[in-house]
Amino acid sequence: MDALAPATTIDHGPSLRQRLAANGFDAVTLLVVPAAILSLLLFIYPFAFGFVLSFEPKAGGDWLANYRRFFSDAFLYETIAKTLWLAVPVTLLNLLLAVPVAFRVRLMRRQRLLTTILVLPITLGTVLVAEGLLNYLGPQGWFNRTLMTFGLISQPLKLVHNYWGVFASLLITGFPFTFLLTLSYVTGIDPALEQAAATLGANAWQRFRHVYLPLLMPGFAITFCLSFVQAFSVFPSAVLLGEPAGLTRVISIAAAQAAFEEYDYSMGSAIAMIMGFVQLGIVVAVLASRGLFYRGPASGAKG
Amino acid sequence: MTIALSQFDEVRLDRVSRDFGALNALRDISLTIRRREFIALLGPSGCGKSTTLNCIAGLLPVTGGAIWLDKSRVDTLRPEERGFGMVFQNYALFPHLNVRQNIGFGLKMRGTPKAEMDRKVNEALALVRLQGQENKLPGQLSGGQQQRVAIARAIVIEPPLVLMDEPLSNLDAKLRLEMRAEIRRIHNELGATTIYVTHDQDEALSLADRIVVLRDGVVRQVGTPKELYEAPAHLDVADFMGFRNKLKGKVVAVENGRAVLDVEGARISGVARERLSPGSSAYAAIRPDDLEVGEAGPNAIAVTVDTIEYRGREFVGTAHSAGGFDFVFRSHQAVEPGSTVYLRADDGRVLVFAEPTQGRN
Repeated sequence: MDALAPATTIDHGPSLRQRLAANGFDAVTLLVVPAAILSLLLFIYPFAFGFVLSFEPKAGGDWLANYRRFFSDAFLYETIAKTLWLAVPVTLLNLLLAVPVAFRVRLMRRQRLLTTILVLPITLGTVLVAEGLLNYLGPQGWFNRTLMTFGLISQPLKLVHNYWGVFASLLITGFPFTFLLTLSYVTGIDPALEQAAATLGANAWQRFRHVYLPLLMPGFAITFCLSFVQAFSVFPSAVLLGEPAGLTRVISIAAAQAAFEEYDYSMGSAIAMIMGFVQLGIVVAVLASRGLFYRGPASGAKG
Repeated sequence: MTIALSQFDEVRLDRVSRDFGALNALRDISLTIRRREFIALLGPSGCGKSTTLNCIAGLLPVTGGAIWLDKSRVDTLRPEERGFGMVFQNYALFPHLNVRQNIGFGLKMRGTPKAEMDRKVNEALALVRLQGQENKLPGQLSGGQQQRVAIARAIVIEPPLVLMDEPLSNLDAKLRLEMRAEIRRIHNELGATTIYVTHDQDEALSLADRIVVLRDGVVRQVGTPKELYEAPAHLDVADFMGFRNKLKGKVVAVENGRAVLDVEGARISGVARERLSPGSSAYAAIRPDDLEVGEAGPNAIAVTVDTIEYRGREFVGTAHSAGGFDFVFRSHQAVEPGSTVYLRADDGRVLVFAEPTQGRN
């Protein structure tokens, strides 16, 4: 037994620094600190503050009073459905539009130029787009006038200050984002896979259906979530282009009214929390469904 | 055996060209491939061998010429209408489908009935010796296994022509030798017709019935491995066939298919492979195996030894001559680096080529 013992005992193991480094902690890790502090100050603290505040009703009463009020007042709880009724179709339509465009752009040599043009609406900001749409789609706007000149309609279509105005604005401001994400997923797929499918006899639709779609589904799910969250928090266009008292009274309007018109910050916080949980619910449901799809690398060979 | 490849007599490339803008990647490639042949397209990178393969597969449209399968023209068909099986360099296996689904993909696209599909996939699995791996995803397989799946997937659709694009280049040396033999075995068992792209002359020599050497988009030579190995028609083909020592000199005499060169004052005679005229520049090409360390005399040239490596059965040395030609030679005895020795070659083992004209010729 003695013969098997090491001849000299090792006094020092690896130093603390070496051991930390082996676990992924080194000096570079410290660079995370500023970001962590910032997110603590700007996100976690306000969120926690709002969360607590929402359980302290202004009018007194028990801690759930705000939530009870929200879910018993149709004028309030209907905002959830109204917001979803805007955000979900807009996001789906955007995704549906982005896919064919991304597939086309993927093959283009002047990709940068086209991408820049398509992305321009992001830089415009919601308010500018809303102004533009008010002029363009309004009763005296070009769109209606053109249609009337050609005799296609006799009376201007009502396209703004209703559901469709907000819908159009969300579509325009959301598309570039959806498109960019979709493009990055589409170009991430090895083109040899499509070529292989083609030599095996798959036509264009079969190649999309059996090769691209299954590989893209997880990416589409993420794109849907991110685009959806953007659309769900719609505020300026719902006010400017919609009917903020009626059909497009979205949940953020309700929150803003509670906080800044009724000066009931507690109620405002409660609505914001509800908004957050609805978003979270949808996102979690969509991401969970990703488990149904293949989620490995999207190339034909080992990396 | 239920996998029965479609039969035909020949595939004919008739003056096939492919331009990329101003660049002629392929120029007037004409080639006839007979049934059951194993053809290797050999050449350095950028020579157009993969372009040729992609044109045959339909992944690249040709810009001139035509491709015929017997009497039917195929270059106007889309790849999915040609039905050629292709094995890609990176295998291009569908990462979301398991081995069985990958192999069955082509049959599924054709709407093959389930029972027949199962039977054929099983047979393909057996052919490439992958039974028991059916339910794995490509990411769970080793490189060699992925390669086998790629081959099975290409042949299970019973293609008249199997196209392989450098299929062994991603494997390590040992596996490459193993798969090389496998590819030839599968080719023989199926009675397939295969076009195989490679830049490795060993692969081409050992696999192919005929080799097509390409350079700059032009066919340089077509022949059996033996023909190419023993009688390369041009200097660049010789280079590819292992004639690593190339000595430039002036033609002194040409007679009866023999040429004598003046290389740095030494007389080197060899077999003239191209038309030569006295006074013109020419190259003598010699394999390392054919050089021996010896005395001054006919067909010998003085060199200074640079390095000498022990390789078990022999030594491999490098050297340079006074005029700056580099030499690679084999030797049974060690020679001292820095020493001056004479390297000699039999005149029957020296090939003499005309100096290539600048650019394409």
